[in-house]
Amino acid sequence: MGDLTTTTAGLWLAVVLSGLYHGINPGMGWPLAVSAAMMERRTSALWAALAALAAGHFVAMLAILLPFTAMTTLIEWQREIRIAASLLVIGMGLYIAVTRRHPRFLARVPPSRLALWSFLVALAHGAALMILPIYLGLCSVEESDAGHRAAAEIMGENVRLALAVSVIHTLAMIGAGAALAYAVFRWLGLRFLSRSWFDLELVWAFSLLLVGGIGLWAAI
Amino acid sequence: MNLRPDPTFYPSPKLAMEGPVEKLAFTLMLSPDFSQPDGLAVVNVDPSSDDYCKIVHTVIMPEKGDEFHHFGWNACSSSLSPLTGHAFLERRYLIIPGIRSSRIYVVDVKEPLNAKIHKIIEPEEVFAKTGYSRPHTIHCGPEGIYVSTLGGGGPDGTDGPPGIFIMDCETFDIIGRYEIERGVQDKHYDFWWNLPRDYMVSSEWALPPQFENGLVPEDLLSNKYGHRIHFWNLRNRTNIQTIDLGENHQMALEIRPAHDPVKQHGFCGVVVDTTNLQGAVFTWWRNEDGSFEARKTITIDPQPADPDDLPDLLKGFSAVPPLVTDIDLSMDDRFLYVSCWGTGEMHQYDVSDPMNPKLAGKVEIGGIVKKTKHPNGKDFGYGPQMVEISRDGKRVYWTNSLYSTWDDQFYPGDRGAAMVKADVGEDGGLALDPKFWIDFPKGYRTHQIRLEGGDCSTDSFCYPSV
Repeated sequence: MGDLTTTTAGLWLAVVLSGLYHGINPGMGWPLAVSAAMMERRTSALWAALAALAAGHFVAMLAILLPFTAMTTLIEWQREIRIAASLLVIGMGLYIAVTRRHPRFLARVPPSRLALWSFLVALAHGAALMILPIYLGLCSVEESDAGHRAAAEIMGENVRLALAVSVIHTLAMIGAGAALAYAVFRWLGLRFLSRSWFDLELVWAFSLLLVGGIGLWAAI
Repeated sequence: MNLRPDPTFYPSPKLAMEGPVEKLAFTLMLSPDFSQPDGLAVVNVDPSSDDYCKIVHTVIMPEKGDEFHHFGWNACSSSLSPLTGHAFLERRYLIIPGIRSSRIYVVDVKEPLNAKIHKIIEPEEVFAKTGYSRPHTIHCGPEGIYVSTLGGGGPDGTDGPPGIFIMDCETFDIIGRYEIERGVQDKHYDFWWNLPRDYMVSSEWALPPQFENGLVPEDLLSNKYGHRIHFWNLRNRTNIQTIDLGENHQMALEIRPAHDPVKQHGFCGVVVDTTNLQGAVFTWWRNEDGSFEARKTITIDPQPADPDDLPDLLKGFSAVPPLVTDIDLSMDDRFLYVSCWGTGEMHQYDVSDPMNPKLAGKVEIGGIVKKTKHPNGKDFGYGPQMVEISRDGKRVYWTNSLYSTWDDQFYPGDRGAAMVKADVGEDGGLALDPKFWIDFPKGYRTHQIRLEGGDCSTDSFCYPSV
């Protein structure tokens, strides 16, 4: 299989690239790390804020992936599950493309609770969902190599896979965010913040549609 | 929609100071006898323009009797925090409440010379959705547009306490009340906040029966006007502390926090001390443990006067009180401007040390007794009132009317609208620009001024200046 969207290497690349993409988006929080470091006048506050953002993002990934991990044991339904997941992602993409609204309840989260905010924003904007078709793709690649095995064994393997996907995605995400936050804090200055911020909402929605569409195509 | 943040949104106060200089000002015009509809004047303040000092456009409202007072933008620099989730709003609409009618106008000023009404929110909608009346101060913040009100429900606005309500920052729909726990707060006036530190401060003027038909002397002398400031957990929407400035400190009005969010102090102006007729400014600050304190740091003495020169209200005192009716803080948190509406003076204090303000400059214009003329020879009518500072801190603009019925008590007769400008020296000092004078249409008075691209009493910042 030479197709990048269905090979293991291609799918892992997608995990990393989506992480980088989420990380550089100011909407996922890196400017908050800059603000924290400037407010407290120490670089360690930058790392603490980034750690909180990463923790929230990571847990949001797991919150989406683990329920589907449980379902991957239903091997005979695998195709349907992948189709449903892809449709879910496409639905989220359409919703964001049409409404382009930021849920107001996110503004109620106090600035001191960055991990909670990061968790909620990753769910609300579909960042965690974006990973789902990629993860299910990886599950099916692994599965086709393995043949028939006990459900518990598959489950254990897929939990490990979900953890690996979440860890690698989050590392890529926070790596990209940290690089930008540190650069703005140390060298580029706040002017860079307002100049480099682009409205990614539509691009974001199309990313969801794209990922969902590829997932759907691969499943069918 | 923008693809990038509005260029007039600045991450920090320092960057706001470095932005382009304002070329237009927006000034509210009110008809004190309600014979004409109120309006918004677009004033050219660009000295290089042929239209300098001219009103280049007016938006006249369809209704009468609104009584315009304060107003604000739909969006400001606070949008640049990812926490708010709307970085791509435009600074495009002015939200103008009528404090007498409770009607709210949303005026689209994207093309300032063609500014027009975008939406009207009728008073019934405000009453039904919030239980509040008489909307006043506007600030844009994390959950949308926050509007303070001076009245509760019922015809005279005393059915329940006044408070703050929230409007959607895109559709301008009223969402509902802000407060979840208001504590002892039962009056309202101004409010502002520190966004990264998540606290809000609010102040108290009076209940509607105490101001709508004029100042009630018995209430003032028995210290029944507002004299407390309230501190809130902003996102929790709860009152966490109330400080009583002392009941003699009547009418705690403008709240001016330091613009730089790293600083945890601010100021509040008090109109009159009933024990000695002084005007005062309090400095409030937040301690490391999150508690707040306030201390009086500026007092301005009344000036002796012949009772014959005084309106009925003041004859018995043989003195004219300064009446600190507005204060405004420069973007670098260095100079605090204090309007003395009674004596006809604009004071400039160096508040580099907020606990120890020093008088750095002063301009005399108007006044109940002194009636100082503008350098161009024209009468200023009333005293210096709503004051607004350019972002770079070099120009200070102000108008002359306080509130229709109060104007008539302190300055009987109709004395005309005014808007003047003073220039600030390199190291402080204040001098009126003899060439700057705006002629307003007959029968109007002027109140708050907003400057194109933001000013020193609109924008809230999420990143420090350093």
